[in-house]
Amino acid sequence: MDIALEILSWGLLFVGSAFLVIGGIGVVRLPDVFTRMHGAGIIDTMGVGGVMSGLMIQAGFTIVTIKLALIIGFILYTSPTATHALARAALHGGVRPRGDETPEDESGQGNSSSKT
Amino acid sequence: MLHAISLGLVLFGLWLLLSGFFTALLLSLGIASVVAVVWIAHRMDVIDHEGHPIHLTFRAILYWQWLLKEIVLANIAIARVIMARKMPIHPTVIGVTATQKTELGHVIYGNSITLTPGTVTIEIDKDNLTVHALTTDAAMDLKTGEMDRRVTNVEAHPDTDNPNPNANTGEHS
Amino acid sequence: MMAAVALAVLVTMALAVFRSIKGPTVYDRILAVNAFGTLTVVLISVYGFLSERPEFLDLALVYALINFIGTIAVSKYVEFSHMGRPTGGDELGDI
Repeated sequence: MDIALEILSWGLLFVGSAFLVIGGIGVVRLPDVFTRMHGAGIIDTMGVGGVMSGLMIQAGFTIVTIKLALIIGFILYTSPTATHALARAALHGGVRPRGDETPEDESGQGNSSSKT
Repeated sequence: MLHAISLGLVLFGLWLLLSGFFTALLLSLGIASVVAVVWIAHRMDVIDHEGHPIHLTFRAILYWQWLLKEIVLANIAIARVIMARKMPIHPTVIGVTATQKTELGHVIYGNSITLTPGTVTIEIDKDNLTVHALTTDAAMDLKTGEMDRRVTNVEAHPDTDNPNPNANTGEHS
Repeated sequence: MMAAVALAVLVTMALAVFRSIKGPTVYDRILAVNAFGTLTVVLISVYGFLSERPEFLDLALVYALINFIGTIAVSKYVEFSHMGRPTGGDELGDI
């Protein structure tokens, strides 16, 4: 394999792994469920994308590459839907996002303070 | 009919990719299962311009390039926020208005917002999206409305590209 | 080197498990389990390369789909205590 492709591949794998760990730290560190979704978003986009792109370059151009691209596609399509379903479930279940501002003119959205 | 053919082609391509065998028996089994899936989808009445939006393909590819760049930038920003010693987060809930005409456009916009780290769509009510933003920067970026404009460009002329649009619920403009 | 990537994935999985055990609300747990499933997909792929058996990718592909369906089903079940009927009230609430 070309040496430049090798370097690019390991670079992508390294960046992807780093973003996976950062996303994991975010899921642990951030204060409530709505903010933790952003940490999970990092895992789902940059972490998975980086690691899988690195693996794609490692594989060369074979059927393995296309399967990896399919996995990236599936995850990029499904993760926002799953996150949105979870956010709706959390709102419906009475968890209110803690924040500085409340929705400006959303009627019926309770005034949300940090206590749930 | 066009959508059914394109769905069948996509499914058969997927079958070829995943199996990797090209014997007559496996190919005929693949064709049989593709026909069965298309028939079931037809019975469920989900083959339409929403379920299989082929009229968007080329503009969507252009949009994905821009979205990819945005996702990388937002990832770096949010990663720096998370790794900072005292996380400088300001969770806010903002409302944005979607200017897309179709529900498909709203779905693309909402999913793009969620896919970008730092902003999550938590509720969609017709044209009003309720968005949870992790930092004020992410909220400000969304408020500029560039993503909204680009998504509107993606679904710019849904009616001219689509010969018989279904009688859609939110389409009275 | 590939083992280092697998190690990073395992560390992240440990963080997700920590959140799913600790997380105060049930939604935190669903979120952590969803992230854990995504990480499982990555781990299966990386292990396929580590052991030079790329057939593992088929498992990863199927796991990605099942993980999504599982998350949607659990979210919907927790939200409505019911899986069949669409939501009462707004017609946008299919998921």
